[in-house]
Amino acid sequence: MTRSQKIEEKFFKLLMIVATYFILIILAIIIYSIFEKGLKSISWEMLTQVPQGGYYYGKGGGILNAILGSLALAFGATLLAFVIGMPVALYLNVFLIRHKRVISIIRFLLDLVWGIPSIVYGAFGFSLMIFFGLQTSLLAGILTVTLFILPIMIRSMDEILCTVPIGLQEAAYSLGSNKSEIAFKIFTRQSFSGIITAVLLSFGRGIGDAAAVLFTAGYTDHVPNGLLEPVATLPLSIFFQLSSPVAEVQNRAYASALVLTLIILIVSLFSRGLGKRYHKTKINF
Amino acid sequence: MIISLLLVAFLPFLLFIGLYLKSVLLLHDYSLGDLIFSKVWRPSSGKFGFAPFIIGSIWVTVVSMLITAPICLLTAIYVTQYTKKYFLRIMHPAIDILAGIPSVVYGLWGILVIVPFISRYLGPWLGIQTMGYSILAASFVLSIMIIPFVLNILIEIFRAIPTELKEAALSLGATQWQTIKHVLLRKALPGIIAAFGFGLARAFGETMAVLMVVGNVVRLPKSVFDPGYTLPALIANNYGEMLSIPKYDSALMFAALLLLAVSLFFNLVMHFFIVRYNKY
Repeated sequence: MTRSQKIEEKFFKLLMIVATYFILIILAIIIYSIFEKGLKSISWEMLTQVPQGGYYYGKGGGILNAILGSLALAFGATLLAFVIGMPVALYLNVFLIRHKRVISIIRFLLDLVWGIPSIVYGAFGFSLMIFFGLQTSLLAGILTVTLFILPIMIRSMDEILCTVPIGLQEAAYSLGSNKSEIAFKIFTRQSFSGIITAVLLSFGRGIGDAAAVLFTAGYTDHVPNGLLEPVATLPLSIFFQLSSPVAEVQNRAYASALVLTLIILIVSLFSRGLGKRYHKTKINF
Repeated sequence: MIISLLLVAFLPFLLFIGLYLKSVLLLHDYSLGDLIFSKVWRPSSGKFGFAPFIIGSIWVTVVSMLITAPICLLTAIYVTQYTKKYFLRIMHPAIDILAGIPSVVYGLWGILVIVPFISRYLGPWLGIQTMGYSILAASFVLSIMIIPFVLNILIEIFRAIPTELKEAALSLGATQWQTIKHVLLRKALPGIIAAFGFGLARAFGETMAVLMVVGNVVRLPKSVFDPGYTLPALIANNYGEMLSIPKYDSALMFAALLLLAVSLFFNLVMHFFIVRYNKY
């Protein structure tokens, strides 16, 4: 090996190490700056109160409206996406298992839909809302976010379901069970942990997305009482508070960002923990 | 089951038709070429030129890919070829966390860290007057956002390459770097291109984080230190007043349609790269 080759080898290895640690360091900086800014301005009052009069000029109150709104919106959308998405994923893997071409077309379509930016969903949801004469509301927000997280939910469930061995299916057939039984009793049990992970992943996506709810969910200072009322969400509350010129309000944006990041970190930790725990119900081959 | 399936399968067509019907009003009065290439954006006097936004979007996307691509490629090679298994176990949660952080939080981080860094250190150091809210700031934040996405695909691709191929190269006396350069990279090329393409499509449509740091000035940017405006930011910023000016809502829906078309196009093309890659 010549000298220049040796130098080239060393040089690229060094570059790789730099790139890898660059990513880790950036992650550390992001987490650090969110926590450092957020912890300074977070308080009990912020978490348990709705905005009082003059909140956006720095007076008292909190972001309870946005926290509850975001949770309600993400729960609703995840539930709806689960109800629609789960049968699709099962149908693909149980009923269509012999039609490889159809499966690959549907997977391709889902991947296409996954790639569509959320603002397009927002705009689409908005034009639907106008078409049906709806106001900005929790319901409209839920529907838009459902469309947005549906491909994520189905594709991640699908990834898990297609690892279920064909032998398990054949064994069930030989014992006389029909397709629905196989889908809902065997596939769901065998890939329970993966399904939970898919649901939590979609939940995290749904709660963190701002562009899809910007048009459709509206914004309000109250905790919503029904599906047809507008609802505040955490990402939007961060966005609005940050654009305020008052320093105190901006600090609250940092605190809200901390709350949102914590929710998402907890959800992702949960999905890891649950995934490990329910591994026991799985039959290993 | 079938109903849900049909609903999902027709979603992209539904989106396309819905947005098209909304923007047809605008397309009726102006030609497509005028809309895309005209530089004048004055909705109140009926002038809709999307060029500043399209060019702004392209700037931001391309610069961010220039940052992301080498970093992701180098990291993916490093974690799959050089390190032990446990390192990947550290890397995976890190990537997951990066992927999970919402875009608003990235935007906030951009305002807190990147924008001051550019206006106080980088700008003066290069002798350029800048506010900090610029194409560069948006590109940087965006590149961090798409790193986990691109990196995940790249790691999968490098892991899928059969070990025998590597062993054959090594047994012929190639060094590790030579093996990577001449065998792995060549084998993985379609996959790498696809990964970057998916990243590009994702970057093109990203809204909130870019909106918060790009500066939002309707003007053709001349350098990366100039503020700009992107298509998604245009939609997000103006939804409030879009019903007060005639054809404004139609124009915004046209912007959404453009985004949709670009995203579908990129994903389609890249999908074929992946298919080709799987065939080898």
